[in-house]
Amino acid sequence: MSIQLYYQDVKKGDELTPLVKKPTPRQLVMWAGAVGDYMPIHYDQEYARSRGLEGIIVHGQLVGAFLGQLVTDWAGEQGALSKLSCSYKGMNYPGEAVTLRGKVLRKYVRKGEHFVECSVRAENPKGEKTASGTATVVLPYKDDYKRKGRTRRWARD
Amino acid sequence: MAETLSGIAKLKGKVGVAWKPREYLIEGEMIRRFARAVGDTNPLWKDGAIAPPTFTLSIGFEQFVDDLMKLTPFNTVLMGSTEIESYQPMKRGDTITVVFKISNLRERKGQTGQMAFMTFESTYKNQEKALVAKCRQMVIGY
Repeated sequence: MSIQLYYQDVKKGDELTPLVKKPTPRQLVMWAGAVGDYMPIHYDQEYARSRGLEGIIVHGQLVGAFLGQLVTDWAGEQGALSKLSCSYKGMNYPGEAVTLRGKVLRKYVRKGEHFVECSVRAENPKGEKTASGTATVVLPYKDDYKRKGRTRRWARD
Repeated sequence: MAETLSGIAKLKGKVGVAWKPREYLIEGEMIRRFARAVGDTNPLWKDGAIAPPTFTLSIGFEQFVDDLMKLTPFNTVLMGSTEIESYQPMKRGDTITVVFKISNLRERKGQTGQMAFMTFESTYKNQEKALVAKCRQMVIGY
């Protein structure tokens, strides 16, 4: 894990460190098992084509989980993803790279917590947007951190 | 709409009605398996003690989709959107109670025939009755 990001470190327009994934059919099967999504369009080529698709497609929710990882990787161990919202605009196919990107939209303080809202998106190798939305994280504040140590939200009991 | 979709009628009666609550005991291996499936090596969830926020997607989803598909004439659903609100992380040893509800249903005729846009919401409470997460997702059945 990289160095912890603090609320004060972030400014509007900052780019999140991009994340590149290359899901394989094996990963789709792993995801299917982990969440219990057994729609055959994610593992049966013939069936996927019969449903009007080019072939098996990456689960939308897996792309959503990739976006979650983009944000939690960036926010660090003391950060917390409080909201992730995305719409799926196009297909990702296994074997092709999925590039996850994000940008800081705004930052604000509410009830003593330090929020950062980002736009997030997934792209296929052609650079086309296959998913997009927003993510809100709570980041630690430097003075808070010195005084209290680990933030309460993520403290391990 | 002149045409009524058979099967959709059944689903229409379900809009706004909460599914019966289902309970899931969160085991460390469920969390680790989820993180491996995503390829997420964050040390926060590596030992299976704390779940990533998107882990919420795995709780009760299979059973809900099974129920949903029985009520529709569709063969396939595609995900349209996902929204997760996380209030605290799910942890190993938690017992999570999830309640699903269809909040919106729209139908139309698409290129491949009948389609429906189904929005469903789910809430997740832990053993202390604290709300840990909420989801809202839209799926397209065709």
